[in-house]
Amino acid sequence: MHYFIGGLGHLFVITSFITALVAAFAYFKATTVSALEQKRFWLQNGKAGFYIHAVAVLGICITLFIIISKHYFEYHYAYNYSDKKLPAYYLISTFWNGQEGSFILWMFWQAVLGIVVINTNKFWEGPVMTVFALVQAFLASMILGVVIPGLDFRIGSSPFILLRDAMPEAPIFIAQPEFVPRDGNGLNPLLQNYWMVIHPPTLFLGFATTLVPFSFCIAGLWLRKYRDWVRPALPWALFSGAVLGLGILMGGYWAYETLNFGGYWNWDPVENAVYVPWLILIACIHTMITYKNSETALKASIVLVISVFVLILYSTFLTRSGVLGDASVHSFTDLGLSGQLLIYLLFFMLAAIALAIFRWKEIPTSEKEASVYSREFWIFIGAITLCLMGFQVLMPTSIPVWNKIIGLFGGTSNLAPPADQIGFYSRFQLWFAVVVGFLSGVGQFFWWKNISKEELKKELTVPALVALVLFAVIITLGKVHNFSYLMLTLAGVFTLVTNAKILLSLLQSSPGLSGGAVAHIGIGMMLVGIMFSAGYSRVVSLNNTGMLISKEFSEDFNRENLLLFVNEPRTMWGYDIEYLGERLEPRYHAGFIRSGDVAKTGDDDRVIAKVEIPLEGKTYKVKDTIEIHGENTFYEIQLRRRGNTYTLYPRAQINPEMGGLLVSPDIYRTVTADLYTHVSSVMKPTEDEEWSKLEEMRIKQEQKFFVNDYVAVLQSVDRVFEVEGIPLTNEDVAVRAKVYIQGKKGDYFAEPIFLIKDKMVGRIPDEIQDLGLRISLLNIHPETNEFSIGINTRQKDWVVIKALEKPFINVLWIGTLILMTGFGIAISRRIREFRKMKEKGME
Amino acid sequence: MKKSHILILVVIAAAVTIIVSTAGDASTYVGFDEAHVMSTAGNKKEIHVVGELKKDANGHIIGLEEGPDKVSFSFIMVDDNGKEQKVTYSQPMPSDFTRSEKVVVIGSYDQENFKASKILLKCPSKYQEQKINI
Repeated sequence: MHYFIGGLGHLFVITSFITALVAAFAYFKATTVSALEQKRFWLQNGKAGFYIHAVAVLGICITLFIIISKHYFEYHYAYNYSDKKLPAYYLISTFWNGQEGSFILWMFWQAVLGIVVINTNKFWEGPVMTVFALVQAFLASMILGVVIPGLDFRIGSSPFILLRDAMPEAPIFIAQPEFVPRDGNGLNPLLQNYWMVIHPPTLFLGFATTLVPFSFCIAGLWLRKYRDWVRPALPWALFSGAVLGLGILMGGYWAYETLNFGGYWNWDPVENAVYVPWLILIACIHTMITYKNSETALKASIVLVISVFVLILYSTFLTRSGVLGDASVHSFTDLGLSGQLLIYLLFFMLAAIALAIFRWKEIPTSEKEASVYSREFWIFIGAITLCLMGFQVLMPTSIPVWNKIIGLFGGTSNLAPPADQIGFYSRFQLWFAVVVGFLSGVGQFFWWKNISKEELKKELTVPALVALVLFAVIITLGKVHNFSYLMLTLAGVFTLVTNAKILLSLLQSSPGLSGGAVAHIGIGMMLVGIMFSAGYSRVVSLNNTGMLISKEFSEDFNRENLLLFVNEPRTMWGYDIEYLGERLEPRYHAGFIRSGDVAKTGDDDRVIAKVEIPLEGKTYKVKDTIEIHGENTFYEIQLRRRGNTYTLYPRAQINPEMGGLLVSPDIYRTVTADLYTHVSSVMKPTEDEEWSKLEEMRIKQEQKFFVNDYVAVLQSVDRVFEVEGIPLTNEDVAVRAKVYIQGKKGDYFAEPIFLIKDKMVGRIPDEIQDLGLRISLLNIHPETNEFSIGINTRQKDWVVIKALEKPFINVLWIGTLILMTGFGIAISRRIREFRKMKEKGME
Repeated sequence: MKKSHILILVVIAAAVTIIVSTAGDASTYVGFDEAHVMSTAGNKKEIHVVGELKKDANGHIIGLEEGPDKVSFSFIMVDDNGKEQKVTYSQPMPSDFTRSEKVVVIGSYDQENFKASKILLKCPSKYQEQKINI
């Protein structure tokens, strides 16, 4: 038992909580006292407090990681989310698999951001860090794990809890309190994916960065510096928009690659909970830019910055409090933190709203209404559209919350979220996206303040014509006929073309200002990419044989799936498609092993080589043990066209404990479309196979013969002195035949054994799984130098697949990259501005 | 009328439309009896039913049947009113299904059979689970 490390971790947690409170108090004093001497004193205290807090947070991370990586399974966290077989990079994802770990990740990023703010911004340090430290205190309380004596009330859920304390009633701990499990529960196989190593840190960095503009805004209201907070907050808001957007897209990409619902976005409450704040954040960035350029929309910016942060807290509450339990496919375990999360949400929401209301009258506004021919007007319309777009998603996603609220007032409501989420949300979001697309194209042509009608017409004519031509080409080639899809395409193309024009002129004059144009080009491409890949996704694995795969399957299943027998090519999507057999995944090497080349052992994660198997970095000899990922089976499927071949390895996890089949797709990427393929039914590994009647042949050594149409040769017959699993004495005789079989795809060997033990004859047949053959050595005829070989055949191995075509999905991915580039350009521009002002001593 | 007033009216109209459509498209949580009545009355809208898996006296789940193809299965669910119903699902069993303490099925009746198009699970929290692999 390693008590020390957990105790140390818990000490770090408590330290981080107390230091956060201390820092918040000191920074609060520093902001409110007026004597310079005292101000300096409190600032120093605040800074010291926050630095100690940051060190404690780092300490929490290190101790938790040591517990995970050293496999201290006496700790609940290590036991529940990892095991000894996990490679190092997935031990990292274990870190944030539990809710406590993700709180730590969030705190870690905010500690880092806090240090950056302390060191870059002297003027705002006091008020901004007050908010920062307060938020950190709330987060630290979530992992505190302290029981208030006498009240039996636990604050927070500690990641450093011992397994026996987490499960005090488990019989093993009653009998043996010192018991330490030998291995852990392991990480959910779906999360063993490289995206799960980088997606959560990115997403939580996105969450954390929304705190920075919020803190600046609160600081501005607090100090009555209503105009000044926007400049330092804007680069952070842009950074936050980029990181949060990237995090969301990474999640979508993970779902596309790993889950089998056939897409990248499912409108699940968990996805919506981050999508809504991101939309509002984008709206907020636009109003902040408007304010910087034309002194309008300051109040809107304040409202939106506060909304973004409150929505982030709300989404945390939604996803972690268990309130979504009956509404989401993600099963959240309730850690009993709902009360704490609600206080966290309400505290910042009410405090920020109260502050804004008290100061509302003092916030400067421009009296003049914006002209319809001005950029600020159209940006404002765009921001409103984005807010409504978010609102439309937020309302239904919050249905479980509405029910709870109605319940609180004594009513009952049995409203549930829409059953067809994708259809419901897409119907609305599509039209919002159309409006956003057109606005981001048109808006760029208005100048700040005003533009004349004639000038606007002149500017817009050429790009509008180019967009129409491009649109005509795209819809003709892409065969787009649906009206709403046509509009979405037009909106996407329009914003792409108009912004390309802006970009071209900016590249000549001032490339540093091109961030907006580049980002909007990305948005245009994303709209077109989403339209094609989601709207025109179609099943291509159509069963054209006229025969049912099985009458036990549903009609749809029989129509939309393809049955492939091993080594029997079919055609699909213009390709020859052929199933080559089951494959296993070596644990420590790249590549795959043919499952027929190895023998199973009692341990699912170990197999024994039957032939020499060369793998990257090491060649395994016969009888060597190879470590594999026992839970995964891959199906090698080859696509061929015009001499080019491509191989797909869709995966299945057959897990009787978890019930059935868990499949992940493999994706063949071409320039114009992705072919998204997953298995939809596989042979049961446990099923008794039906073998044909034994066929007997008498052959000599080196003689060729045919088994089930394959050419085979009896290469040798040797006496052996060891047979696995059967102890041999001196009296016993064992002979092993080596039969070579030439398959269509590579060579196979079968090694049946004939033995006489205790004067009894025994035969151990050998099976070639890929070919569906079982070969036995039935008898030896010394008089004629012949051997009797027995052959059984069975139905060939098969797999049923489903394949979807996702046209032009690359346009979406390229669009996202361009969007991120645009953000990058814009961030660096705002940082340059900020530096200039700092040199002038303004920050 | 000022432009800002028009704008406010448009926004309010949009928001009201959104709220009304949300209420209109929302599904409902009902029991099996009510769902059956709705279905026979011709309302084929998908609904949510909350309940538990049927268990015997020892806490073992009963009535679980795997489909012949492994890509579908059926089970017996007891809703919050205690009504038992066989539910079929044309997809493989979700992971952790048998561990779940609460199940939500989204779907509709097809004659006497409840067909689920989606299943949501609620799993026991870590402070309730007391089983350990040795």
